[in-house]
Amino acid sequence: MDKFDVIIVGAGLSGLGAAYTLAGSGLEVLVLERGDYPGAKNVTGGRLYVNPVRNLFPDLFENAPLERFITHEGISIMAKDRSVTLHYSGNELTDEPHQSYSILRSKFDRWLSERVEEKGVAILSKIRVDDVIKDDGRIVGVLAGADELRADVVIACDGVLSLISEKAGLRSSPSPQNFALGIKEVVALDSGVINERFNLEGNEGAARLFVGEVTRGKFGGGFLYTNRESVSLGVVVGIEDAAEEKLPVEVPALLDAFKKRPEIAPLIRGGGTVEYSAHVIPEAGFKAMGNLHGNGILVAGDAAGLALNIGFTVRGMEYALASGYFAAQTIMKAKQSGNFDAPTLSMYKRLLEDSFVLTDLRNFQETPAVIGNPRFFSHYPELIGAIMKDVYSVPAGPKNRLYPTIRKHLTLSELWALFTDLKGVMKI
Amino acid sequence: MSEMLDLKAKLGLNVFKPAGEPHIKIKQGMEKDLRLKPAVRVCPAGLYSKIENGEVALATVDGCLECGTCRLICGTEILDWNYPPGGTGVQYRFG
Repeated sequence: MDKFDVIIVGAGLSGLGAAYTLAGSGLEVLVLERGDYPGAKNVTGGRLYVNPVRNLFPDLFENAPLERFITHEGISIMAKDRSVTLHYSGNELTDEPHQSYSILRSKFDRWLSERVEEKGVAILSKIRVDDVIKDDGRIVGVLAGADELRADVVIACDGVLSLISEKAGLRSSPSPQNFALGIKEVVALDSGVINERFNLEGNEGAARLFVGEVTRGKFGGGFLYTNRESVSLGVVVGIEDAAEEKLPVEVPALLDAFKKRPEIAPLIRGGGTVEYSAHVIPEAGFKAMGNLHGNGILVAGDAAGLALNIGFTVRGMEYALASGYFAAQTIMKAKQSGNFDAPTLSMYKRLLEDSFVLTDLRNFQETPAVIGNPRFFSHYPELIGAIMKDVYSVPAGPKNRLYPTIRKHLTLSELWALFTDLKGVMKI
Repeated sequence: MSEMLDLKAKLGLNVFKPAGEPHIKIKQGMEKDLRLKPAVRVCPAGLYSKIENGEVALATVDGCLECGTCRLICGTEILDWNYPPGGTGVQYRFG
């Protein structure tokens, strides 16, 4: 029977982040991954914000196979027949070090796993972990098929569904309202074509979010990220909203309709789809987090629900990398005392609380409830679209004065509702 | 616009390694359960379908994107849900 110091379930960003940090500590670490290779089961929108984790992983990002550094931000409010777009670019986005990069996970995670292996940590792919081994109320290892693998401590880095945390009794069966479903196509395009269509120079990149009609007024939105030689295009929708009969189309059709929008179609013209993926995203933030640790076990990344959508920025991967790092720090400390019970491992939660991870999640804990307001996805996109339509319109006869034109849309009851909704926004 | 593909063609772009037993099954006697119905709408691979007398069928899991949406929306009283065995199922090349 094999006995390790640490078993890490899942070679995503939290698992690899933990393994990278533990490498060289003298601890015997085993990473188990169910895919053919690390990254084979991992999906992002997506972009990685590097600033929060740069110091935790010094020098790692310099040579990493990231796609493009994002210099052009955009958010579009989409009504049925029109849309309003806000573009943002600033010198700080062009200056080094770059704040964020588009990323393709199969490529990046595989590369990171090779760095982890170089540092002497064993990663076994094609292994599905089926259960945890419990002994007297503590987790003492995992079961993978007929193999019993024992360890002082297990880190559950098995992603958003985290069957491992469930089996360890750290969280109860999840509620669908706390999750969104993301679906995505990677559309191949020549890098020169991407640069022309998105006004980019060299390896600059664009990131765009879309809200409103793209999810038929339900919670969620569309996204577009430019990669080096492809565009990641997708739709995210709340799982409960998507299940409602009220949504007039089935989920896969949302993406097809999005691709046909006049705002999108010219951007991907001539591009061939090379992959279609889907992934669930934790959306409920701080208030729906499961237990982060137990006797002999820590939970990191999506498995712990560490993700944060605040409308303009949608983040998860930095929290995964950082939580892996802090899980590793906790374990190295626990090893000194030789004690891996829950009180010792509670250091993990303290480290997360002192870091940007739980500080962000706590600060933004009201956000899911606020941005869950259905008026942001149906009423306001149509209202803003209607105002802009009238502002730009030049009729055959005389044009109305501007103020009454706008005021016509903003009735007293409209202003009152807007005031109420904005009061909610002030909690963010 | 780029090419428009139907769902089957999209799934055909993915690298997929079949396993023996299906990793998701509707539990026996649950085919008519109302909690199963939303799976038809939300499954991004379109694997669930309505058949006669209000039953929902999962004819195949080939093409499953392993997102877990059906597990979340239908629950484990309805579905026997697991990930496919190691080294099988979808293998993303871009992710």
